[in-house]
Amino acid sequence: MMDLNTKQLKRNAFRVTKVRGYTASRIRVPGGHMQSKYLVMLHEIAEKYGNGTIHITNRQGFEIPGIKFESMPEVNKLLQPIIEGLDINQSDKGQGYSAAGTRNITACIGNQVCPYGCYDTTNFARKIEKAVFPHNLHFKIALTGCHNDCAKVRMHDFGIIGMTMPQYDKDKCVNCGACVKKCEKKSVNALQTVNYKVERNEGKCIGCGECVLNCPTGAWTRSKEKYYRLTLLGRSGKKNPRLAENYVKWIDEESIIKIIKNTYDYVEKYIDPNAFEGKEHIGYIVDRTGFKEYEKWALKDVKLPEIAEVSTTMYWNGIKY
Amino acid sequence: MGYSLNIDNMNTVIKKWSESYLIYAPKCFEGGGTFSDTDVVRYGQIENVEEIVFNKKSDFSFKEVLLPISETLFYFTEDSVKEADERKKKAIIFLRSCDLHSVRRLDEIYLNNGFEDYYYKRLRENVKFILLGCKSSFENCFCVDMQTNKVDSYHASIDYDGESFLIDNKCSDFENDFENSFNKKQDVIPSYVTENHVKVNIPDNITLDIIKSKMWDEYDSRCISCGRCNFVCPTCTCFTMQDIFYTDNGKAGERRRVWASCMVDGYTDVAGGGSYRKNNGQRMRFKVLHKVYDYKKRNGYHMCVGCGRCDDICPQYISYSNCINKLENAMKEVNEIES
Repeated sequence: MMDLNTKQLKRNAFRVTKVRGYTASRIRVPGGHMQSKYLVMLHEIAEKYGNGTIHITNRQGFEIPGIKFESMPEVNKLLQPIIEGLDINQSDKGQGYSAAGTRNITACIGNQVCPYGCYDTTNFARKIEKAVFPHNLHFKIALTGCHNDCAKVRMHDFGIIGMTMPQYDKDKCVNCGACVKKCEKKSVNALQTVNYKVERNEGKCIGCGECVLNCPTGAWTRSKEKYYRLTLLGRSGKKNPRLAENYVKWIDEESIIKIIKNTYDYVEKYIDPNAFEGKEHIGYIVDRTGFKEYEKWALKDVKLPEIAEVSTTMYWNGIKY
Repeated sequence: MGYSLNIDNMNTVIKKWSESYLIYAPKCFEGGGTFSDTDVVRYGQIENVEEIVFNKKSDFSFKEVLLPISETLFYFTEDSVKEADERKKKAIIFLRSCDLHSVRRLDEIYLNNGFEDYYYKRLRENVKFILLGCKSSFENCFCVDMQTNKVDSYHASIDYDGESFLIDNKCSDFENDFENSFNKKQDVIPSYVTENHVKVNIPDNITLDIIKSKMWDEYDSRCISCGRCNFVCPTCTCFTMQDIFYTDNGKAGERRRVWASCMVDGYTDVAGGGSYRKNNGQRMRFKVLHKVYDYKKRNGYHMCVGCGRCDDICPQYISYSNCINKLENAMKEVNEIES
């Protein structure tokens, strides 16, 4: 006779599967990057307790299916070096993951590899993970290195897009036109030539860094400070799938983390008490309270950089059934 | 005269120099690289010896000190013209052997090529060169084959052995500065490279027929005509002119000259809308042959000094030295067609 608390095992990052008696273990990998030695450990779990297969999840983690419910404690033991190695916050050592609601924080490969990346996405993802996990609230956070948004962060509650503030040294510019052409063709056409030098339309510029990447003399360089665009409350799902809207342009790391943490307080206050399994997309809550109320909570004690541009009104569209 | 100086004494000398000179050296600009979280080594003014990058090749050459990337020549308004002021101080440039050899090329073009260039001359006359010794070859260097690995025409040389700075001084203006601050007198021979990993073979039998070779075609698609190879080259000397009328007062303006690149669009544009070298392969051909063929015909030695910066910087991984090494076969190819 099997007597299981499904609510509890879900919070322990196991799943109730369609196959009776069998679960699947979900492994979080903040920033989607890890030492390859952990793959060997995952292999061991899949071979010993699973069905020998591993699923690479949509959120850059792993899911090991075909595990018997009674093997969960053993699996949790084998997960311990992975949890510790990836520096995941944990309330009880050896007991597996302490929550599952706040999902793995995903990131594109970022500036460790990609020429377009404006920051180290993996490290920032890990920093956010440390600040918000474990938590049972259903939060989805994603990071991408630049405005190409390969990580599709606009499908998440919090989307973080890397930006650089282009620095222009007129005396190094030879008017080759590379930046102007690339900005027009690949980005937002924020540059124009005036008297054989380049003028940047600050309002238009999205800080993608194409000018820096294409400048052959180093007249364009990156700002010392790293900046981001924070997009809010995108989601997929049944009711009203929609893309995130731009919230703050030229925001800094610290403010992003603070806004996310503030949002947990807001959701705890306003989440539908009858929400199914305590799970409600933040966007629906904001629809209910109005954005201004959300913003009051979100910006509490946040000190935005002087150059930050905050959207004063936020409207989401998307598909409504 | 040779000296050995510790860091403090070397900095005393540099401090003394900075009273009458602007001191330029390869230094590291943190975060100044093209990609996020990367640095760039390029020329800038220094205040102490620790700023000088000894263990890397600079991404850009010293050239911009003698030949500013963008230089205002004069200002004009209505009936009057005012020449732009010259640099207030003399200059000292720290540079490697290949780069010091390139100064001869710059002089050839700007001083001995028909007439003296006034603006170049006034900067050039006030410059002293300090040779940075090279203990070993960097990636892509081919100075030995270009015979630029050794040089005598320095005012002083500097080598750093991890503890002391070894100086060979040839300049009477510097003599007192070193005599007042040395730790030890000793014979110093600046270190130089005797072997590069990269070797180049420039055939003697190049003729203009090489233009017809198929070897240039691959660069049509590989090259993106960004001009980085020209801009990092210590021997590229082309410039273009810009007359500017200030936007808030169209009666006043300035004339500037700025670096030009034979790889970048617009270089061969002529009145009437013509453009001589549209294909990037043909631009590559022009550049390569200028460096290792045309220039020598006129001046008796190659323009290229083998610093390899063009190979270092090319975002498309096009190797200029490898292109040189294709010239021999290209001559065979075109000679076969001819016969």
